[in-house]
Amino acid sequence: MNLLPEAASGFAGKVDNIFWFVTVISLVFFILVSSFLIYFAIRYRRRRENEETPYITGSHILEALWTVIPSILLIVIFAYGFLAFREIRTPPSNTLEINVTGRQWLWQFKYNNGKTTVNELYVPEGKPIRLIMKSEDVNHGFYVPAFRVKQDLMASMYTQLWFKATKVGTYDLFCTQYCGTGHSAMLGKIIVMAPQEYEKWEKGEQKEKVAGVSPAEQGKQLYTQRGCNACHSIDGARIVGPTWKGLWGKEEVMQDGQKVTVDENYVRESILEPQAKIVNGYPPVMPSFKGVVSDEDISAIIAYMKTLK
Amino acid sequence: MANHTLAEAIQIPYLEEKGLISWITSTDHKRISILYLLSISTFFVVGGIAALLVRLELLTPGKTIVDAHTYNTLFTFHGTVMVFLFIVPGIAASFGNFLIPLMIGARDVAFPRLNLLSWYLYIAGAIIIVASLLQPADTGWTFYTPYSIRTGTDVILLTFGIFVAGFSSILTGLNFIVTIQKLRAPGMTWHRLPLFIWASYATAILQVLATPVIGISLLLLIAERVFGIGFFDPAKGGDPVLFQHFFWFYSHPAVYIMILPAMGIISEVIPVFSRKPIFGYKAMAYSLLAIAFISFLVWAHHMFTNGISQLAAMIFSFLTFLVAIPTAIKVFNWTATMYRGSIDLKSPMLYALSFIFLFAIGGLTGVFLAALAVDVHIHDTYFVVAHMHYVMIGGTVMGFLAALHFWYPKMTGKMFNEKVAKVAWAFIFIGFNVTFFPQFILGTEGMPRRYYDYLPKYQPLHELSTIGSWILAIGLFLMAINLIRGLLNGEKAPENPYGSLSLEWQVPSPPPHENFEEIPTVTDWTYGYGKKQ
Repeated sequence: MNLLPEAASGFAGKVDNIFWFVTVISLVFFILVSSFLIYFAIRYRRRRENEETPYITGSHILEALWTVIPSILLIVIFAYGFLAFREIRTPPSNTLEINVTGRQWLWQFKYNNGKTTVNELYVPEGKPIRLIMKSEDVNHGFYVPAFRVKQDLMASMYTQLWFKATKVGTYDLFCTQYCGTGHSAMLGKIIVMAPQEYEKWEKGEQKEKVAGVSPAEQGKQLYTQRGCNACHSIDGARIVGPTWKGLWGKEEVMQDGQKVTVDENYVRESILEPQAKIVNGYPPVMPSFKGVVSDEDISAIIAYMKTLK
Repeated sequence: MANHTLAEAIQIPYLEEKGLISWITSTDHKRISILYLLSISTFFVVGGIAALLVRLELLTPGKTIVDAHTYNTLFTFHGTVMVFLFIVPGIAASFGNFLIPLMIGARDVAFPRLNLLSWYLYIAGAIIIVASLLQPADTGWTFYTPYSIRTGTDVILLTFGIFVAGFSSILTGLNFIVTIQKLRAPGMTWHRLPLFIWASYATAILQVLATPVIGISLLLLIAERVFGIGFFDPAKGGDPVLFQHFFWFYSHPAVYIMILPAMGIISEVIPVFSRKPIFGYKAMAYSLLAIAFISFLVWAHHMFTNGISQLAAMIFSFLTFLVAIPTAIKVFNWTATMYRGSIDLKSPMLYALSFIFLFAIGGLTGVFLAALAVDVHIHDTYFVVAHMHYVMIGGTVMGFLAALHFWYPKMTGKMFNEKVAKVAWAFIFIGFNVTFFPQFILGTEGMPRRYYDYLPKYQPLHELSTIGSWILAIGLFLMAINLIRGLLNGEKAPENPYGSLSLEWQVPSPPPHENFEEIPTVTDWTYGYGKKQ
C-alpha cells in the first residue's frame, strides 16, 4: 500500500515532489508542537495543589518568530504549487485532441479518426493529449489518479485537460463530481499504448478483444466496458433500470400498457432507441448507444443476457 | 418564569422551574442554552447514526446494507444535519448563550425574547429538514446544480428547512454582537475580556454577514425547481458555477463559524488547567478577527477544478495560505501557555490538548489542499473528507466536549465521574483517529468521495475506517452515559472546582436567574494566574 499511485504522466513527478515537500514541513511542525505539548504536560504536571506558577504573559520575539517563519514557508509552498499548476493547466501547442462527453453514467470518447469508444480512452505514450470535455447533463469530474489530473465537466461550457502519458499501461478513470445514483459506477480506463501500437489501433487494425472468445464472454466484458453495469444489475437488484437477471424472454409491461417480450429486437431497440419503449415503473433516463455500440457488440450483449437466468 | 423582583430571582437557581412549558417559554439565556444543548445533541446523534450507516455500507465494496440511491440520501442527510443542526449552531448557541452574559458580568443577553425566538426558528427549521425524509434528497449537502434541480427527491423541503434555521443563526449573532458591545460590566474593557468572548464576537459577525447569502442561494434554488427560471441550469442558459460561488461564499465563512468558538473554549481551558495566563493575549484576540476577516476571501478554494480561471485559482490559493498564518499563531500560543505551568490533566484538559493535536493535523492537511498542483490530485477525494473531519471533529467537537466537561459543574450543579470520563475520552480519541487517518491515504491513492461503491484495492483502508467508527461511537456513548449519570446521582458541585478566575465561576453552581446579586466591577483581566498581588 503506497501513499500515492504510480506516476504515469509528465507532471506527476512534479506534483509528487510538492506533496512530499509539504509532508515533510507538516511533519516537522506537527512533531514540534506535539512534542512540546507532551513534554510540558509531563514535565510541569501538578505536584502540589497550590504550587506557584510564573506570571508569563507572552513574548514579542517568539510571536514574531512563529509568525514570520511559517509565513515564509507558506509563501514558498504557495509559489511551488502555483507554478506546477500553471503547467498542468496550460497545454502545449502540439497536442492530440480527443473529445470527451460525460453523461450519467458513462464516458464517451471521440477521436479525430471518427472512432468512438465508451469508458475506455486510448492514447499514445509520450505525446501530449488534450481532452476537450463537456457534459450532456449534470456536472461530472474527470480524474486519473495516476496522471494527477482532474477537471470538472459541465453542460454550460467546454473544459479542457491535458497530459502526456509516460508509461504504457492501463490506468483508472473516476468520476469525481457527484452526479447521482450511478456516480460511483461511472468508471473508466485510460489505455496508454506504445506509439506504433496506437497507430495500428487508430487505423482499426487493433482488435479490442482476442478472436476466439465466445459471444457471451464478449458480452460479459461489454457489460462493464460499455457502462451497462451503471444502471442494470445482473443479480436481481434494482439500480436504475431493470435487472438483466432472468430478463431474457420475460414479458415486460410498458408505460403505455403495451406488453413486450424481451427478445433480440427489443434489446437492440432499447440500446439504440431507448426512449421508444419505457418499462412501467422505471425512469426514462437511458441514453442512446447509437454510434457507440456496434451490431457485433449488440449480438454479444444479447448472448450474455441469455446466460443470466 | 413568573415576574420576580431582582432580589427574588437571584435566589432561584436557573434549573429550578420544572415543566415543559416553563422551559420552552423561558427567556433566561441559561435555560435557552440548555434547550440548544439538548437539541443539538439530539441531532448530533441523528447525524451520527446516518454516519455509522454510511460507514457500514462502505465496509465492503458493492452492496453491504443499502442500495446506491439510499446511500446517497444517507450521506446527504448526514452532512445536512451535522452542518446545519449541530455544528453551525454548535458551541455558539449552547455554550455561547450560557457563558457570554456571565463572562462579561451581565444579567442576560441584550435581547432575551429574540434569543428564545432564535431557538424556535432552529426547531422549526429542524422539523422541516426532518420532514424532507419522506423523499430524502440525494444531492449531497452542497446541492450542486443542475443535479439538485433535476433530481426527483425532496430538495425543496430540505433547503427550506435550512433557510429557516439560518435565521436562528443570524438572530443569535445579532444578539451576541449587541450584548458584547453594550452589556459589559464596569471595568470590563475589551482587553480584559476572556478570549471566548472575542471568539464569540468574531463568530457572530460571520453569522450576521454570511448566513443571508446561503439563505438567498437556497431560495434561488427553490425558485429554479418551482418556476424553472434558469439561473443555474445549463439547459436554460444558466451557470452551475454561479451556484457554487453563491454556495461557498457562505459555506466557507461557515466553517469558521464552526471553529472559532471552539478556539475560544481552548483559550479558556488551557490557562485554568495550567494555572498560567494565556500566552500572547493580544495576538490571540486579533488572530480571531483576522481569521474571520480572511475567511470571506477564500471561498473558491472549493472550486479549483470546477471551472474557474487560472488567475482566480491563484488568488484564492494565495489568500487561503494567508488564513493559515493567524491559525498557526494560535497553536503556538496555546502550547506556550503550558510552559512552566501547573498542569492538571483532568478530562476538560485532555479534550483541549486533543484539540490542539488533532486540529494541527486538520490545519496542516489544509495546506496540502491549498497548494494548487496538489489540490488537482486530491480534490473531491477522501483526503478532503479526512481533512474536514479532523477540523470539525478533532477541532470543534473536541472543543465542544472540553466545554461540556469543563462547565458541567457550573451548568448542572453536579460532578461527573472523572475516571470514566477519561476512559471515554480515550475511546473517542483512538476511535476518531482510526476512522479518519486512513482516509488521508485513501484520498492520496485516488479514492473519490461520495462513492457508494469502490474498487477492491481500497477495501482494507475502508474496513479499518469503519471499525474506527464503532470505537468512536462507543466512546461517545460512554461519555454521554457518564454525564447523564452525573446528573442523576453525581456529587454536588462546588462553586469553583477548577480554580478559575473567570466571572462565571464566581457565582453559585448552578447560577441563579439574573446571574449576579450585584453587577461586579472588573479591575483585571481573566488570566491573572500566578500574578503576585
